[in-house]
Amino acid sequence: MLLITCPHCGPRDEVEFRYGGQAGVASPADPEALDDATWARYVFFRDNPKGPFAERWVHAAGCRRWFDAVRDTVTNQFLDPEPRR
Amino acid sequence: MSGTRAPSDGRIDRNRPLSFTFDGRAMTGFAGDTLASALMANGVDVIGRGIYTGRPRGIVAAGVEEPNAIVQVERADGVSEPSLRATTVELEEGLRVQSLAGRGRLESPGDAVDAGRFDARYAHCDVLVVGGGPAGLAAALAAGRSGARTILVDADTELGGTLLGTRDELDREPALDWVRAAAGELAALPETTILLRATAIAYHDHQDILVAERRPDARTEGRLWHIRAGQVVLATGAHERLIVFADNDRPGIMLASAALTYLHRYGVVPGQRAVIYTTNDSTRTAAAELTEAGIEIVDVVDSRDGRAVSGSEGGDRLEAVVVDGERRGCDLLLVSGGWNPVVHLFSQSRGSLRWDDGLATYLPERAVQATHVAGSANGVFDLDGCLREGAAVGARAAAEAGFGDGRPPVMPAADGGTAIGRVAPIWFVPAPEGETAEARMFVDLERDATVADIRRATGAGLASIEHIKRYTTIGTAGDQGKTSGVVASAVAAALLGQEPGALGVPTFRAPYVPISFAFIAGRDRGALSDPIRTTSIQPWHVAHGAVFEDVGQWKRPRFFPRAGESMDAAVLRECAAARTSVGVMDASTLGKIDLQGPDAGDFLDRVYTNGFAKLKVGSCRYGVMCRVDGMVFDDGVTSRLADDRFHMTTTTGNAAPVLDHLEEWLQTEWPELRVRATSVTEQWATVAVVGPRSRDVLAVLAPELDVSADGFPFMTWRESVVAGLPARVFRISFSGELAYEINVSTWHGLAMWEEVMAAGERFGITPYGTEAMHVLRAEKGYPIIGQETDGTVTPQDLGMEWVVSKTKPFIGSRSHRRAENRRPDRKQLVALLPLNPDALIPEGNQLVAAGTDLGSRPVPMIGHVTSSYRSAFLGRTFALALVRGGRERHGEAIVAPLADGTTIEAWITDPVVVDPDNARRDG
Amino acid sequence: MAATPSPHLPDHPAHLWRNPDPKPAYDVVIVGGGGHGLATAYYLAKNHGITNVAVLERGWLAGGNMARNTAIIRSNYLWDESAAIYEHSLKLWEELPAELDYDILFSQRGVMNLAHSLGDVRAGQRRVSANRLNGLDGEWLEPDDIARICPIVNLSSDVRYPVLGATFQPRGGIAKHDHVAWAYARAADALGVDLIQGCEVTGIDVADGRAVGVQTSRGPISAGRVAIVAAGHASLVAAMAGVALPLQSHPLQALVSELLEPIHPTVVMSNAVHVYVSQAHKGELVMGAGIDSYNSYAQRGSFHVIEHQLAAALELFPIFARAHVLRTWAGIVDVAPDASPIIGPTPVDELFVNCGWGTGGFKATPASGWVMAATLATGEPQELARPYALERFTTGALIDEHGAAGVAH
Ligand SMILES: Cc1cc2nc3c(=O)[nH]c(=O)nc-3n(C[C@H](O)[C@H](O)[C@H](O)COP(=O)(O)OP(=O)(O)OC[C@H]3O[C@@H](n4cnc5c(N)ncnc54)[C@H](O)[C@@H]3O)c2cc1C
Ligand SMILES: [Zn+2]
Repeated sequence: MLLITCPHCGPRDEVEFRYGGQAGVASPADPEALDDATWARYVFFRDNPKGPFAERWVHAAGCRRWFDAVRDTVTNQFLDPEPRR
Repeated sequence: MSGTRAPSDGRIDRNRPLSFTFDGRAMTGFAGDTLASALMANGVDVIGRGIYTGRPRGIVAAGVEEPNAIVQVERADGVSEPSLRATTVELEEGLRVQSLAGRGRLESPGDAVDAGRFDARYAHCDVLVVGGGPAGLAAALAAGRSGARTILVDADTELGGTLLGTRDELDREPALDWVRAAAGELAALPETTILLRATAIAYHDHQDILVAERRPDARTEGRLWHIRAGQVVLATGAHERLIVFADNDRPGIMLASAALTYLHRYGVVPGQRAVIYTTNDSTRTAAAELTEAGIEIVDVVDSRDGRAVSGSEGGDRLEAVVVDGERRGCDLLLVSGGWNPVVHLFSQSRGSLRWDDGLATYLPERAVQATHVAGSANGVFDLDGCLREGAAVGARAAAEAGFGDGRPPVMPAADGGTAIGRVAPIWFVPAPEGETAEARMFVDLERDATVADIRRATGAGLASIEHIKRYTTIGTAGDQGKTSGVVASAVAAALLGQEPGALGVPTFRAPYVPISFAFIAGRDRGALSDPIRTTSIQPWHVAHGAVFEDVGQWKRPRFFPRAGESMDAAVLRECAAARTSVGVMDASTLGKIDLQGPDAGDFLDRVYTNGFAKLKVGSCRYGVMCRVDGMVFDDGVTSRLADDRFHMTTTTGNAAPVLDHLEEWLQTEWPELRVRATSVTEQWATVAVVGPRSRDVLAVLAPELDVSADGFPFMTWRESVVAGLPARVFRISFSGELAYEINVSTWHGLAMWEEVMAAGERFGITPYGTEAMHVLRAEKGYPIIGQETDGTVTPQDLGMEWVVSKTKPFIGSRSHRRAENRRPDRKQLVALLPLNPDALIPEGNQLVAAGTDLGSRPVPMIGHVTSSYRSAFLGRTFALALVRGGRERHGEAIVAPLADGTTIEAWITDPVVVDPDNARRDG
Repeated sequence: MAATPSPHLPDHPAHLWRNPDPKPAYDVVIVGGGGHGLATAYYLAKNHGITNVAVLERGWLAGGNMARNTAIIRSNYLWDESAAIYEHSLKLWEELPAELDYDILFSQRGVMNLAHSLGDVRAGQRRVSANRLNGLDGEWLEPDDIARICPIVNLSSDVRYPVLGATFQPRGGIAKHDHVAWAYARAADALGVDLIQGCEVTGIDVADGRAVGVQTSRGPISAGRVAIVAAGHASLVAAMAGVALPLQSHPLQALVSELLEPIHPTVVMSNAVHVYVSQAHKGELVMGAGIDSYNSYAQRGSFHVIEHQLAAALELFPIFARAHVLRTWAGIVDVAPDASPIIGPTPVDELFVNCGWGTGGFKATPASGWVMAATLATGEPQELARPYALERFTTGALIDEHGAAGVAH
């Protein structure tokens, strides 16, 4: 079980968290302006890198706050010891 | 000759005899015996049979690496456990043991369900030391003395590791005296914990180590420890390995160290006439020790002298071996083919391994986590070296955890401790008769796999050890190749003309030793497998005979049958009551979310398909939420409590996902919005009073409240005192009838319910459950999320364009404009009226166009039934369905082909089959 | 024909494949030597006579998900598009042992999906009804029927989530995954396909919007057509050509028990509590869990998933209490948003993908290879593959086997 550092609460077991996938995918400001393909990209496509991955977690069974972290998807090591809020 | 009990010696308690049976034969052993030592002392040679060859097999090892002595053990309490290694089973009174031929048996103790009580524990420590042999003890002493929180775990019943089976000395005293002193010191350290009978079975990412602790005398059988360790010291020792030669599987052929362990630790003389076959120095004192126990040494065959054992003779017990072509009579062959450091946990932690030529085995190379290795697990095989390395590693681990200065404590000196020196491995001894004998050269005894199997694999074109493992099944059994893995790899390399270390070993997988399902499942069984949620009104439901339905974790009353009443009859009665007089339902499970903040209205505009910002305080509105893909996610009624405050309701099953969804968007997309979302599902109990007489009931309960149609209109809510309790009353309806949902503090839920029942008595108030609720709403064409929807349905498909704003964006709005969403032949919600008003189409049934040929497959389907009921109001059956282009088909016929080959024909109609003009909801 | 488990496995053939060095150029290069890549190569050669083909595998053949799955085979999917391709697969399975002359231990012992709630019942009956009209052998079982087919399922009403019924496909079952892969590999090799192991594709050469070859750890290889059949790694390989795929890679864990006397005659899956289990031929219980939530290429998952899986298993099968976990492991599965595969051309000419089979592609191995071979041979999506085009994410024509069918594997 992963040990995930919540920036607000500290390190906690993975079971307290829910995964949120890739970080930094902003919802388009004006969806109506997008063609179907560009919209599909936002809805369905996410990065899937092997190696460092900026991802989101929410401390669901704790402070319920979302935060970003960088984890290596091969080693599972969190690269940023102090995850961003 | 077979094994016998020595007159004295050993760490068994000869004053505590224990009786047990083996294949029905009564036997005795002593406290302190393992099942294996007791069997050996009782002269048992054959403990199992080869799974494929059926060849007799005896005890080979004295620990977890045992490949042969695998038995079915039934305890005195009737619990029968398959496939236990006799070498790791502590002897207990009354065990009934059966030999196996490769496969265990699952049995229930009588009719009872085997509850197998096991616990889980979670612990944190600075230093975890795995293994209580000399290296581990030294490490634990070093770490413990530094003040670090230290946990020492060992699989055995006492500390000491290999020292328990040797006669080693430290500072010229028996080494076990030092072990006792060290154990005493550790036990006295306040921050140090010792776990015995505790096997570390897995080393996962982020320093997460699982330890399975057996607890024979406790109320639970064991505990699975989840230890998060700052630093880990692996002092897991090494397993001696066999040498492969023809007929190397006979009972009486065993690991040299195991034979000595049986002798010294258990006081069992494993045979009378012994040959020792070795490749290294670890057997140096074996001959002397055996002689002292009265065993005749026939020969000592050392590979370093170019000598070899090439075959054996005997039946159920070894009678002779062939040494350099000559027959040597013996009943015991002690083998030391070299030593395999126990690198399983190190490897699981993702540490890399390297081949060491001198030791002819794999050693830990580079750690990836905070992992340290000490002692023979690290290729150090002399006692002195183990103690020194253990102390150094323990001190270093503690220092890295922030304790002590990293200087190792002084350890006692070992005189003449056993070192193994250089190993001169023989991967397999060629037989005089050539390759045909390779089918009797056993590499993996538990899988009955031989050199011949490996030769076939390499001959077939396989060159990867993982392929060879799978082709031959070597290493796939319960011992996971503990004695066979390195040998198999080297044999394959030899056959491929490569160096011994060229192929590597297959991945070491958790668990290190087999562990029962019950052990891992722990307490999360039965009622504890998932929380059971009930409302505060539950005691009433139970007392009144409700039949319950699981809705997510909730138990909800499905219907309230009267004596002898069928479900159909009960539901018809409940529905009729709600449509003709008054019914009451516990709606407390609906999700409720309190939204506060000046931007709450704006926020709702974004998450609902329809507008909420302009909703008046005191009013309620139905809303639908979509996911970004435009599919319906949830629905419910949300009411404005104040300018900056809303009370949202969600479906029962989606309460948590909706809160998650709101928080996600608030925090990650729109942090500028000043809104807080708080679940209040558990805070409010909701009593829905439904039907033409509901106003009368409420009037009685809330005399101060103006309940008139104008004073308290549909889709508004009021704060009021109801039955003396502070309440919020919502005039909303999920049935199409005049209805009120009375919300009170959960504490008052039961009281309110009882007040409502009392006030409604003269109207024949009727409690109803989810089934009647479903019928009532279906009659009105109201969808249920998860029933009419399945993640592929849009609000438009449900005929709800009216709830989808054309003027504002909302989550998922863009998806509604994709090509697929504009197709006219999307599946749309309709109602079906079977031509035969008594025919009930099964829910889920697929639908085909009228006139479709049902004779050939596939039959084109145009929809399916989502809900199907008998309507008390209509006096007939009806259904809701999703049908391709359904809105254009009102008035057409459609056919439901049933599983039994019959069909039900139905008319397609508008989804609202009762009161389409909403005349009833004002009472 | 429910085969009684026996500890004896059939002998493998004495010859499996050559280990050739890569040639400088091939008509078709298949990236990924898992089950699907090998089946694709075999059908290219057999059905289309295209034999100048290389399968490039970075590790050992079929050492990815093909070596790690729980080998459940069924075709009783909900949607027409799914039923069509999986049923094509099942029909191929039924011929496969004879066709490939390899005992792949294909055992049609039936696959049961348990329902634990009224919603499960409704969804199950919906699927069975669709199956029957699609010509599949779907059945709905009441608890009594379940007891008859698999007496060890706990049908008592006092378990946390009582079993209310089940769907059943008698023709479903299991096969031995390694044998299947090796059977395809041997047959493809015999037809002249080069199976090249230890050969990692590190780049895709694209010229004028057209794939012309690959860079590998064993040197560059030119190709007339390139097919990415790399399961959990498909999005990484596609990215080498600048093609984005809507896939996320997750660990999926499984475990196996020791060998046990026959006790479990069929395959039981319970999606609601995330467990599925069969007893393989030698007698071991093979059991899978739900996927781990996070993206990963680590081929290991988190232990709480296993704990949950075993607790769920004991709810359903109390008699398993004293069976032992021998080994746990994980594969890396490529999951598409609708839990259906992506098959067909990409925006780069001569570059094709076959991926996104996620947690359930073992059963599809024959059909996946079949349709991919046809697609590669003609350059046009094969009929059964057409609905699985990448464009569906733009049009919205998803084949949602996630929400609607709610059954993994
Ligand atoms: C635990 C588990 C249980 C499962 N259970 C079932 C089940 O019961 N039923 C079912 O139908 N399905 C099941 N599946 C899913 C099934 O295993 C997969 O969908 C299927 O195996 C994927 O196709 P494949 O065999 O081609 O994949 P793989 O065997 O993973 O093949 C892909 C290959 O591509 C190679 N590769 C990747 N990148 C490169 C590169 N750059 N260069 C060269 N080669 C590369 C990989 O090494 C790998 O060998 C399960 C999966 C797992 C993990
Ligand atoms: Zn937190």
